[in-house]
Amino acid sequence: MSLIESLPKASRLRLPRADGLIPWIVPLAIILIWQAACVTGLVSARVLPAPSDVALAGWKLLLSGELARNIWVSFWRASVGFVIGGGIGFAFGLANGLSQLSSKLTDTTLQMVRNIPHLALIPLVILWFGIDESAKLFLVALGVFFPIYLNTLHGIRTVDPHLIEMGRIYGMTDGELFRRVIFPGALPSIFVGVRFALGIMWLTLIVAETIAASSGLGYMAMQAREFMLIDVVVLSILIYALLGKLADSASRVLERLTLSWHPAFQKH
Amino acid sequence: MQEAVRFLQPDAEPLDRVDFVEQSLIARRGSEAPSRGLPLTIRGLKKSYGDNEVLRGIDLHIPAGQFVAIVGRSGCGKSTLLRLIAGLETIDAGTISFGEAARPEDVRVMFQEPRLLPWARVLSNVEVGLGRDRATSDAQARADRALTEVGLDDKRGQWPAVLSGGQKQRVALARALVSNPRVLAFDEPLGALDALTRISMQRLLERVWHDQAFTAVLVTHDVAEAVALADRVLVIEDGRIAHDVHVDIPRPRRRGSADLAALEGSILSNLLESAGEPLQQ
Repeated sequence: MSLIESLPKASRLRLPRADGLIPWIVPLAIILIWQAACVTGLVSARVLPAPSDVALAGWKLLLSGELARNIWVSFWRASVGFVIGGGIGFAFGLANGLSQLSSKLTDTTLQMVRNIPHLALIPLVILWFGIDESAKLFLVALGVFFPIYLNTLHGIRTVDPHLIEMGRIYGMTDGELFRRVIFPGALPSIFVGVRFALGIMWLTLIVAETIAASSGLGYMAMQAREFMLIDVVVLSILIYALLGKLADSASRVLERLTLSWHPAFQKH
Repeated sequence: MQEAVRFLQPDAEPLDRVDFVEQSLIARRGSEAPSRGLPLTIRGLKKSYGDNEVLRGIDLHIPAGQFVAIVGRSGCGKSTLLRLIAGLETIDAGTISFGEAARPEDVRVMFQEPRLLPWARVLSNVEVGLGRDRATSDAQARADRALTEVGLDDKRGQWPAVLSGGQKQRVALARALVSNPRVLAFDEPLGALDALTRISMQRLLERVWHDQAFTAVLVTHDVAEAVALADRVLVIEDGRIAHDVHVDIPRPRRRGSADLAALEGSILSNLLESAGEPLQQ
């Protein structure tokens, strides 16, 4: 333990604050090479605009307020859809993990629905909701539902039965047993589900906004394609990458906070 | 205190040797610590799993405060007996009764695995042992005392994951002790520990048993451990008590001494002979 603990400390002393920068070296290098390739004419501006042009386009859109509005719309759709779908998935995961009856009643049905690619429902969803907000929320919620459902269920089912027996011996009520043993035991698995779900959330939203929307990042990219504004198209794609990274980081921070007991998250 | 003294009165329906054993217990403890443990009486106890009859009629009286070790080959039913005593399984036939109505906090179990909650710090793991008293204001102080008892008061704020196997088992012991149980059942509690840790844990078990004067039932496959710790060793074969051996060796017992070794040898040869494998000297 002392050896493992001492290693990262030693390297941190030698390279103060460098640890946090290392992951950004590769993206930065890619942008620099990309810029150089564009400036030297190696890559035509009609194929791929220079990063500086993309930044300029972003700046213009930012000034007009269009960028912030579209990002906000997409962010709102993503998070509301995530909360709805994740909430329902979590509830079903809990119910089916804790109750045999509930599991027998719904699990088979849910497994059947799970095997339908949710994006295949887009034509149906457009017929139902048009290009209304509810169409996007429905698709995101549906996409997010399954990873959270499956991992919550798996997490609850794999809680060490020895610990549950221990809790019962020591007189825990059902509520206490859930709060102190089952839920914390299922949490690592639930977080795996959350991270999967975040990926699916962006994917679904982008596809839905590209096909059926009148606002949002996906719509912005599709509009730009209509007017051959390739720099805006590239900008949208880069923003997706940033937002995805941001969501992933947020879930990691949450994981670190709630799983501090886990050997994998113990601070060095 | 007065309550405790009451249990030392001979039972309403004494079995053989009961009086003698209780007298000798008191003599050994002297007047400083009268037993506050509960006596345990088992009559005609049977248990089967499907067609497999694990216990075929156990009759047993354990006087208050006695340290009983149960040994036997694997699958002989010793762990089942312990789980029945601890109330973890349902009884098919027969009765298990404690001297008086025991509260759930009066009977505690310690297992081979520490069964600590990995997401709770050491101190709150010990607090779990308080059962219904968890919410009381002195819960933390009691948990602290139990941790001091097992020598881990400096680990109260640690996660279980950073503790060694022996330390985890000591936390489990503190959790079992914190409610001041009057019967403590041990299911191979030292089975997963290395030899040196085992010996120091055996000393710890003997010390807390002596200090807190509970009735102890220890299931073990290690006959040496049984004779070193127990007042009495029960050998179980085929779901019945085959031998009931009283260990009249004064404490503190010196490990490796000739009389312990002789007793261990005779119990072992009993075990092996009954299986048709005489012990070669």
